[in-house]
Amino acid sequence: MALSVLLSAGATGAAIALLATSGYLISRAAQRPQILALMVTIVAVRAFGLSRAALRYGERLASHDLALRQLARLRVRFYARLVPLLPGAFRRDGGDLLARFVADVDTLSDLYLRTLIPAIAALVVIAGASLAAWLILPASGGAVLGTLALSALALPWLSARVAQRSGRRQAAVRARLLGELVETIDGAAELVMCDRGEDRVRQLQDSDAELSRLVRADALAASLATFLGGALSAVGLLVVLVLGIDAVHSGALSGVLLAALAFLLLASYEGVAPLPAAARALRGCAAAARRLQEIGAQRHLVQDLADPLVPHGGGTLAADAVSLRYGPEEPWVFRDFALSLSPGEHVALVGPSGAGKSSLAELLVRFRDPDAGSVTLDGIDVREISQEQLRRAVLLCDQDAHLFNTTIRENLLIARPAASEQELLQALRVVELSGLLADLPDGLDTVIAADGATLSGGQRQRVALARALLSDARFLILDEATSHLDAQLAHRVLRGVFSQRPGRGVLLITHDLQLAEACERTLRLAPSSPLIGPSGLLNV
Amino acid sequence: MSGALDRRLLRESSAARSHLRVAVVLGLASAALTLAQAVLLAHLIERAALHHATLAALQPELIALLAVLLGRAAVSGAFELSGRLGAERTISELRGRLARQLLILRPLGLGKGARTGELATAAVQGVDALEDYFAGYLPQLVLAALVPIAVLGWTVTIDPIAAGILALTVPVLICFMVLIGKGARAQARKRWQALSLLSAHFLDVVRGLPTLRAYRREHAQSEILAEVGERYRATTMATLRVAFLSALVLELCAMIGTALVAATIGVQLVDGALGLGAGLTVLLLAPELYGPLRGVGQQFHASNDGTAAAERIFAVLEQPPVIAPGRRSRAAHVPDPAREALALRDVSFSYPDRPSGALAHIDLELAPGEITALTGPSGAGKSTIAALAMRLADPSAGVLSCGGVDLRDLDVARWREQIAWVPQKAQLFAGTIAENIALGAPRADQERIAWAAQAAGAHEFIQALPQGMRTRVGEAGRRLSAGQRQRIALARAFLRDARLLVLDEPTANLDDANVEQIGDSLARLAAGRTTLLIVHHPALAQHADHLVRVAAGRLLAEAEPIAPQALPA
Repeated sequence: MALSVLLSAGATGAAIALLATSGYLISRAAQRPQILALMVTIVAVRAFGLSRAALRYGERLASHDLALRQLARLRVRFYARLVPLLPGAFRRDGGDLLARFVADVDTLSDLYLRTLIPAIAALVVIAGASLAAWLILPASGGAVLGTLALSALALPWLSARVAQRSGRRQAAVRARLLGELVETIDGAAELVMCDRGEDRVRQLQDSDAELSRLVRADALAASLATFLGGALSAVGLLVVLVLGIDAVHSGALSGVLLAALAFLLLASYEGVAPLPAAARALRGCAAAARRLQEIGAQRHLVQDLADPLVPHGGGTLAADAVSLRYGPEEPWVFRDFALSLSPGEHVALVGPSGAGKSSLAELLVRFRDPDAGSVTLDGIDVREISQEQLRRAVLLCDQDAHLFNTTIRENLLIARPAASEQELLQALRVVELSGLLADLPDGLDTVIAADGATLSGGQRQRVALARALLSDARFLILDEATSHLDAQLAHRVLRGVFSQRPGRGVLLITHDLQLAEACERTLRLAPSSPLIGPSGLLNV
Repeated sequence: MSGALDRRLLRESSAARSHLRVAVVLGLASAALTLAQAVLLAHLIERAALHHATLAALQPELIALLAVLLGRAAVSGAFELSGRLGAERTISELRGRLARQLLILRPLGLGKGARTGELATAAVQGVDALEDYFAGYLPQLVLAALVPIAVLGWTVTIDPIAAGILALTVPVLICFMVLIGKGARAQARKRWQALSLLSAHFLDVVRGLPTLRAYRREHAQSEILAEVGERYRATTMATLRVAFLSALVLELCAMIGTALVAATIGVQLVDGALGLGAGLTVLLLAPELYGPLRGVGQQFHASNDGTAAAERIFAVLEQPPVIAPGRRSRAAHVPDPAREALALRDVSFSYPDRPSGALAHIDLELAPGEITALTGPSGAGKSTIAALAMRLADPSAGVLSCGGVDLRDLDVARWREQIAWVPQKAQLFAGTIAENIALGAPRADQERIAWAAQAAGAHEFIQALPQGMRTRVGEAGRRLSAGQRQRIALARAFLRDARLLVLDEPTANLDDANVEQIGDSLARLAAGRTTLLIVHHPALAQHADHLVRVAAGRLLAEAEPIAPQALPA
C-alpha cells in the first residue's frame, strides 16, 4: 500500500518536475548563457522524464498486485461469513441477492486501487507542489496550495454529491422500468395474446420518457460540476500568473522562474484529476461495505455446541412433535408433526404446496431448528450433535441441488472425493445416464455449463441424484428430486435408488401421489393455514 | 483505432451517430483552444520574464487567457453533457426497439439459456457504462485524432526542428498504440475474461453453498477459494508485467519526446534561432500532443464495458421475426374456430436459435367444439403447435387454416382476440389480482372477475389474503406460489370468453385434489369452444375427446377418440 502510494506520488511528482524544469530550462536558455550552464538542467529534464515512466509502471504493478491480494482475502472472508447463513438467509429466489453479494465483494476490493491510492498520492503531490512554489515565490505557495486543495476537496465532494443525488432520483424510475422490462420479456406472449402489446409499448415509453427527463437534468448538473472544476483551475493559474508577473516586475522573482512556476501548477492538476472519480468510487465501496456488513450481522440459524455428542449409528432419524414458523409474528407453517425413518425404510412425505415439506427437510439436516419439538438421530437431539456428524449421516438432495460449473466427474466427487471411476459410472447407471454419458465427447470430463446448455433440467436432476447415491449417508432425503423427470423414468430411477443400498433409509418428499406409492409408507403434511405462507417464503 | 470504435453501435443507432458528430465538433473546438492557450501563456511569460512588463500592460492577454481557459472548461463540460445525453438517447432508442421486438415481431420469449434479468439490467443500468463510453472514451478518441494534427501543424510553422522530433515520435507512438490495439488489448481482454471467470466461479460456489453444506464440503471450499485467488493473482501479475510494458514504452516515448523538444528548444534559444515565446509554446504543446493518445489506451475498459450492454440488446434485436408480415389481401371475414375446424397441413417449423421444439410435416385438425389433447416428452414440439395456432409464430413451411382461410391472411390481432391461453408458467404483472385476472378483458366488472376467480378455484386463496382482490402482486407485490399463479391464469381464461382455448399444462403445479377440482371447471370452460390441451396429467386427459402423441416434432398417432383406460400411466 505504502509502496503504491509512494510510486504514484513519485510518478506525478516527476511529471511536475519535468515540466517545471523544462520551463526553467527554456527561460534560462532565452538569456543565452553558456551551453554548459544548461547541461545540468537538461540532464534533470531527461532524468525526470525517464523516472516518471518507470515510476508509473512500478506503481501500476504494485497497486494491481495489492488489489488482487485484497480480492482473494475478501472473498475468503465473506465466504466464511456466508456459510452458516445459506440456505435460509436468502430463500429460493435469492439468486440476485447472491449475485449482488459477489459484486459487492468485487467492488470492495477496488477500494485501494481506485480510492485510497489516488487520494493519498494527491495529498503528497499537493504538499510537494505547494512547497516548491513557496520556495520559488513565497506568496505563490499559498495560491498553489489553495487552488490545489480546493480542486482536491470541493470538486470530488461536488461530483459525489451530484452522482448521489441523481442516483437517488433515478433509482425509483430505473427500478420500475427494470420491473416492467422483466415482465415484458417473460410475459410478452401473454400480453400479445391479450391484445395488450401496444399498451405495454406505450407504458414502457412513458417510463422511458420519465427516466430520460431525470437523466437530462442530472447530466446538466454533472457537466456544470465538470465546468466548475475547469474554471477553478483557470482562476488558480491566473492568480499565480498575476502574482508571478508582479513579482518579476518588482524584482522579487527572477524572470527565468516565472515559466517554472506556471508550468508547475499546470502539471500539478494531473495529480488531483483522478479525485472526483475516486470520490464516486468511495461512495460505491461504502454502500457495498454496508450491505456486506448487514449480511455478516445476520443471526446464524443453527450453531454447534462446544462439546457435541457423537451419534452411535444404527438408530432412526425422527422428528418429534416439531413445529415451525419463520418468525415470532408469522403464522405456523406446521405444528406438532411427527415422523420416524428407520434404516432401510422408504417413507413418502406428501402434502400440498406451501405445507412446509421443504422446510421440514431442512429441519432434518439442521439447516434450521424447529420452534418447538425436536429432531433426533439415534435418539440424540440433533442440536447436541455437530453439524458435521449429522450431515455425515443424513443427506438432503433437493429439487434444485446445485451442479457446479465444472466437469460431471468433479460434481460427483463432491459426495465422495475418493470414489473410483467404477463407482461413478455405477451411480450414473442407476439414474439411467449411461447413454447420455456415451454420447458426450468428453464423457465424465464434460463440463456442465451453468446456463444449462449442456444438460436438460431432468438430466441435471439425475446427475444430482447420482451424486447423492455416492454418499455414505445412512439416510437420504429426496425433496422433489425427480420433479423434472417424466412419471415412468422417475419410478425406475427411484427403484434403482432404493435397491442400490438396501440399508439406507429414504424419505421421499413429493407432490406426486403415484410416485409416493413406491414407498412402504406415506405421511401427509397438512398446512396449518390454507395455502398461504408469509410473503416470499412460499414453497412450491 | 477504428476497430475500437464500435461500428455496429454507430451503424444501428442514429442517436449514437448524432452524438459522434457533436463530439467531433467539440474536439475541433478543444484543439483550437489548446493551441490558443499555449500561445497566450507563452506570450505572457515571454513579455513578463524578458521584458518585465507590468500587470497593467499585460491585462488584455491575461483576460484573453482566462477566456480561453474557461472555454476549455466549457468544452469539457459540454463533452460530459453530450456524452451523458448521447448514452441515454442511445439506450432509450435501443429499449424502444427491444420492446417492439419482444411484443410485436417475436413475442415468443427469449428461448432457453437467455437470462431475462441480465437483458433487462443491460437495457436499464447499461446506461452507466455507456456514459463512460460516450463521455470518457469517445471524446478521448476524437481528441486523439484531432489534437496531434493541430499541434504538429502549428509547431511546424514556428519550430520545424521540434516539429520534426515530435513527428518522429508520433509514428513510434502509433506503433505502440497498434500494439496495444493488438497484443496488449488481447491481453487486457484475457485478463478481463479471467476476472469475470473468477467472479463467476465465486458466484457458482456461493450459489452452491447449500449443496456444499449438505455434503460437508463448505470448509474445504474455503481453502480452494484462497488457492484459486492466489493462483489467479500470480498468473495475472505475470501478464500484467508484460501488458503494462507497452504503456511504459508509450510513456517513455512521450517523456523522451518532451525532454528532447525541451533540449532542442534550449539549444536553439541559446543560438538565438528561436524566441522565448515560440519555444515555450512548443514546450507547452508537446504534452498536449501525447496526452490524448495515452488517454485512449487508458480508457480501453470503458470502451469494452460501455458497449457490452448494447451488444446484449443487439443480440436480441438480431433474432429474425417469426411472424409473417401482413399480406396484401386481408380476408375480410375472420373464421370462428369454435364452429370451423382449425387445420395444420404439412406444417414444419424450427427455431433459428434452438434445436428443441421444432416441428416436421405435421398434419392435424382440431375438431370444432371438442377437446384435442397433445401429449409427449418435453421439447417434442407440443407448445410449438400451440404457438402456431395462436400466431405467436408462423410456420416455415405448410399452412394453418381455419374454415379454409389461411391464418396468415388474417389480421393478427383479430385472430388472437378469439383465443384464451393458459401458459405453462403464468406471468403476473405488477398490479392487483383483479387487474391481473382482467388482463384479457380490461372492461370486465368486479362481479365478473369474482365469478372467474371462483370458476378457476382461485377464490378461496384470494379471499384469505388480507386485501383480497386488491392485493398487489408482481415484482414489488406479494409473492404467489406457482399453483396460485396458475389459477389466476385460469381465471383470466374464464373471463376472456374465447372461441379457441389453448391450455398448456394448466395443472402442472397443482396437487391431485386440485387437479380434479380444476379438471371439472376446465370441462365446463371448454363447453361450446374448441380446446387444444397440452397435458401430462392423466386425470386431465380424461376430459379430452382426442389424444395425439407428439415426439421429436412429429405426430405418433392421428387424432383419434380415446377411452380412459388407454391413457399412459
